Amino acid sequence: MRANWLLIILSIGLALLGWQVLAQVGSFPTFMLPSPAQVWERFVTTLEDGSLLRNSAATLLEVLLGLVLGVGVASALGYTLAKSLPLERLLSPYIIASQSIPIVAIAPLLVIWFGPGLISKVLICALIVFFPVLVNIVVGLRSVPQDLRDLMRSLRATRWQTFRLLELPAALPVLLGGLRIGATLSVIGAVVGEFVGANRGLGFLVNVGRGMYDTALVFVAVFALVAMAMLLYGLVALLEAHLLAWQKENTE
Amino acid sequence: MNPIPALVINHLSAVFPTEDGGLHALTDISFQVQAEQFVCVLGPSGSGKTTLLRCLAGLLSPTQGEILLNGEPLTGPRQGVGLVFQKANLMPWRSVLENILLPLEIQGLEKEAALDKARQMVELVGLQGFEASLPRDLSGGMAQRVAIARALVQDPGLLLLDEPFGSLDALTRERMGDELLRIWQARRKTVLMVTHSISESLFLADRVLVLSPRPGRLRLDLAVNLPRPRLAEMRYSPAFADLARQVRAAIE
Ligand SMILES: Nc1ncnc2c1ncn2[C@@H]1O[C@H](COP(=O)(O)OP(=O)(O)OP(=O)(O)O)[C@@H](O)[C@H]1O
Ligand SMILES: [Mg+2]
Repeated sequence: MRANWLLIILSIGLALLGWQVLAQVGSFPTFMLPSPAQVWERFVTTLEDGSLLRNSAATLLEVLLGLVLGVGVASALGYTLAKSLPLERLLSPYIIASQSIPIVAIAPLLVIWFGPGLISKVLICALIVFFPVLVNIVVGLRSVPQDLRDLMRSLRATRWQTFRLLELPAALPVLLGGLRIGATLSVIGAVVGEFVGANRGLGFLVNVGRGMYDTALVFVAVFALVAMAMLLYGLVALLEAHLLAWQKENTE
Repeated sequence: MNPIPALVINHLSAVFPTEDGGLHALTDISFQVQAEQFVCVLGPSGSGKTTLLRCLAGLLSPTQGEILLNGEPLTGPRQGVGLVFQKANLMPWRSVLENILLPLEIQGLEKEAALDKARQMVELVGLQGFEASLPRDLSGGMAQRVAIARALVQDPGLLLLDEPFGSLDALTRERMGDELLRIWQARRKTVLMVTHSISESLFLADRVLVLSPRPGRLRLDLAVNLPRPRLAEMRYSPAFADLARQVRAAIE
């Protein structure tokens, strides 16, 4: 574990070094490739004037609300679909078709309909999160062993008890897998939404940086986005480690 | 003897729908079991033993015929019936104690009383010290004992066991059989147990039923008049050998 961390830090250090060398040797204009040092400077200024935090907070809010909405709707629909094969047959063509529409193409529509504010971004995030989570929930619920279902039935468990005591814990590994994918996708959704039309957020910051040839600012925003996606991913992984402790192999 | 038999099965048939007219798993089965009797069911693979048990547990409604439990027609899973599946069928995310607690939790028993009962069961099946272990850390025999404890925790009057020792080695299997007899004698239950082992059935049961291969008719209903307590030496007695010959002839 410790060696792992050292390796990660080492590889980041090497990448930064390579970047710095490339920037200096190539002597590219700053608007093409700023050096790490320049990006760091820009990072400090955006931190000091509060713009980085403000825009990060805006994006994070969109991401989280979108995640909650997407996961919520996908869970409810997924549970219904998993319970009813006819309903799944009926609805799955629409669901799959909805998936073949690139989110980038309908993002402008959503911004036109719901304005450039929070709501359109949340909807875009929710849409992009929806499908993978839905699929995972259906797969997770369908994979609950029939013998355990029979056990619950023989014990005369209510629907709610079956859900709480069997289906939820049994489907949790697959479900959290979906959440992990969903969390990173939600960040992408927020950026797509902000590209189309927004006056705040990290995607907006990227746009601003691009418009002013302030490439260092673009780098800062991109790194902030990566950090946010990794943070969310890490949080879900942490949740997994905690909730799925029973699944871990005993390797000691 | 109790005037009302614990179990009455009248002209029971179970047909699974197929394209070519249906698969007859059980055909016109009739028998009665007196309270506190220990009955073993034998038959070649696919002869409908599990199907019979699923009918008796109320998990499967028979195509024809009726089942009376303590004089009342069976329409679905009933309180007071303990079921042990062919596999241990434990919830992998629950500890030994929590698995045994499950039926009481569903029943809505008050926490302290439930814990009390569950601990008694742990003792009964000799798993003290393993209360907090997860199923993955148990041997096959231990897992099966947890399954038996789980079936017993509600103190059911009728115990249905589907090859509960199927996955165990011969020695563990004999020991588990002894334990089952001890529990049966201490708690006076009606037991219906499916097994593949002729000697096991003769050693445990008051009575042995043999099902024929599909379409699953009752081929033999044999009283096992060996004295109790059953001792290991009896397995080598002439009376035992004679019974074994009869059962074998019915199965082949
Ligand atoms: N849900 C089902 N749908 C269709 N056919 C089934 C179903 N359950 C069982 N069968 C069929 O019914 C027959 C009897 O099955 P059952 O499981 O009762 O046999 P068994 O005696 O328990 O066999 P084994 O000793 O291998 O466990 C088999 O031919 C099986 O394929
Ligand atoms: Mg079977």
